[in-house]
Amino acid sequence: MADIAVAPSSRAVHSPQRQYWIAPPLLVLVVLFFYPLALILREALAGEDHVLSLARFTNVLRSNQFLSGLYHTITIALRASTGCLVLGFIFSVIIAFIPFPGAKLIARVIDTFIALPTFLVALAFTFIYGSAGLLNQSLMHLMHLELPPLNFLYSQWGVILSEITVYTPFVMRPLLASFSLIDPSQIEVASSLGARPWRIVRRIILPAALPALIAGGSLCLLLTVNEFGIVLFIGAKDVITLPLLVYDKAIQEFDYTTACVIAVVNIALSLGLYAFYRMVIAYCGGRRAGMG
Amino acid sequence: MATNSTTMSQGPHMRVSAPASRIVPGASGIGFENVSVAYGDQVILDALNLTVKPGEIVALIGPSGSGKTTALRAVAGFVQPTAGRIIIGDRDVTRLPPYERNIGMVVQNYALFPHMRVEDNVAFGLRARGASAEVIRERIPECLRLVGMTAYGKRYPRELSGGQQQRVAIARALAIRPQVLLLDEPLSALDAQIRRSMLDELAKLHRDLPSLTVLYVTHDQTEALTLADHIGIMRDGKLVAFGNAQSLYRHPPNRFAAEFLGRANILPARSLQSADLGFACVRFGDTLLRGRNHHSLPDGSDSLVCIRPHDLRLQPSGAGGNILTGIVRAVQWQGDLHSVALEVQEQTLRLTCNPLSDPPAPGTELVVHFDPADVTLVPEHVAHG
Repeated sequence: MADIAVAPSSRAVHSPQRQYWIAPPLLVLVVLFFYPLALILREALAGEDHVLSLARFTNVLRSNQFLSGLYHTITIALRASTGCLVLGFIFSVIIAFIPFPGAKLIARVIDTFIALPTFLVALAFTFIYGSAGLLNQSLMHLMHLELPPLNFLYSQWGVILSEITVYTPFVMRPLLASFSLIDPSQIEVASSLGARPWRIVRRIILPAALPALIAGGSLCLLLTVNEFGIVLFIGAKDVITLPLLVYDKAIQEFDYTTACVIAVVNIALSLGLYAFYRMVIAYCGGRRAGMG
Repeated sequence: MATNSTTMSQGPHMRVSAPASRIVPGASGIGFENVSVAYGDQVILDALNLTVKPGEIVALIGPSGSGKTTALRAVAGFVQPTAGRIIIGDRDVTRLPPYERNIGMVVQNYALFPHMRVEDNVAFGLRARGASAEVIRERIPECLRLVGMTAYGKRYPRELSGGQQQRVAIARALAIRPQVLLLDEPLSALDAQIRRSMLDELAKLHRDLPSLTVLYVTHDQTEALTLADHIGIMRDGKLVAFGNAQSLYRHPPNRFAAEFLGRANILPARSLQSADLGFACVRFGDTLLRGRNHHSLPDGSDSLVCIRPHDLRLQPSGAGGNILTGIVRAVQWQGDLHSVALEVQEQTLRLTCNPLSDPPAPGTELVVHFDPADVTLVPEHVAHG
């Protein structure tokens, strides 16, 4: 039998020592991520005499404070995400399909919001809509009022408005990318067939953008569920979300066990949303590949 | 108006029919009246005047950037003219939005809606116009039958071949019973074989729907010659030639038209002398040539001699024919024909003929013959302009 020179496969070239390269990143993950998480979980499940117990969990999950925090967290996240989707969709449609000078510049400016710290918007809103802000002062001056007429900033709506402002670019990014894949001649043909702009948006653009909307929306939901800076900075009365409750319990009341229980719930919520987000991304990627 | 059954074959074994008269209820023409389109200082379309009669296919051809697509898009309403009027039927549509123009449009890349099944694509325009469910139910199979796609109604566009997608695009455009059909390079994205087949089917579609007015934009002269009743040749935003397809091919009005619509040998000639029956003699170098003075060029003028490569023969066809002698420079076998390049008095002359059993060798002398009736004398003063 003739000798045949076979190039060694890339797998065969790998020396046994290479598998040890997994150790440094794994060590970092364990020290900085898994170990602290495990500590939180252990603290949440700590019972009498070092026995794991769900008793503390049950107590915390039944408390009005937790239920109110969960309600506010979910309500604010859903409302803010919906706002982001509506606003992001409208802005993206305008930027992508209605040509006007400076459209690209505006898209980039909106994009830079992603780079800014979230509390900055809350701070800016305080200057504009706060009790002593520009709008209230102007209205008081114009209408000869003694008290500021607008108080929405220090309510749930102030938090929602701030989150919409901060997170709308997270919807616009995938949307604009998705719009760039729509063949402009589809829109032209639809128009020539008698479709008015609103029908084109509903029947052509929206279905094409649906995967991007779901992906952007679930990302917004994930981020708004965990939003801490804006809620803290706005300081809205009676608006306590889960991250803020964790902060209150741990830092203000030194009740670490309760803080850990709430943190575990918050983590579960986040991981669930993240799994959903990944599923959407995978589904959209597969669908796009199928369409190609 | 056709009342006979219509067919558009899907393949040699699939022929289906639909009553053609129901697809296009009435015919409308298209009129360009001094239509100009400019972006800033850049003129894309320069005072275009063109009439497409009801039931006629007019092909606009020209190189890239000649303004042919802009003209079509102006009819569709996607480009706003800076001057002039566009008329469809008896309506001035210049300022109307696209969705009020009642046109059908088919584009190069089909532009089917990917998330809709074939039948929903066809129904899209009807639904947009508020057609009743009964009309939609009736019209979808009617239009799909017309293009031989009845069996594909439930499929998504991604499940169809390019040719099938283009048929659906045509059915979608016809479903709304448009006043005019605009075809923007509809076959460009198809491979050569399917393109030929689709070309035959488009020709058949128009035979079956003779009242359908079509404006067809293409850069492919074969498509234009096969389909069009009239052809407009565009260059730099201007219509440089317009006429009956055969007449334009046989008697091009200028050099650009001669060279763009089919291949042409163009030879510079001098001292035109009129002869009888619309013929004239010109001098090409030291050879006297006779050709049709179709454009009534004045005696004594310089002109260009236009001869199509397939009109040159290696044997004399009769008395009184033109003769040129040249040196063979290249011989190419192209399957169903031979192409021979000759150098004649410092000009290149190209001849095509049926495959030769004994093709001439490069460097040898060759005598070619051509009938004066196949020669058109083209004015030189617009030839370069």
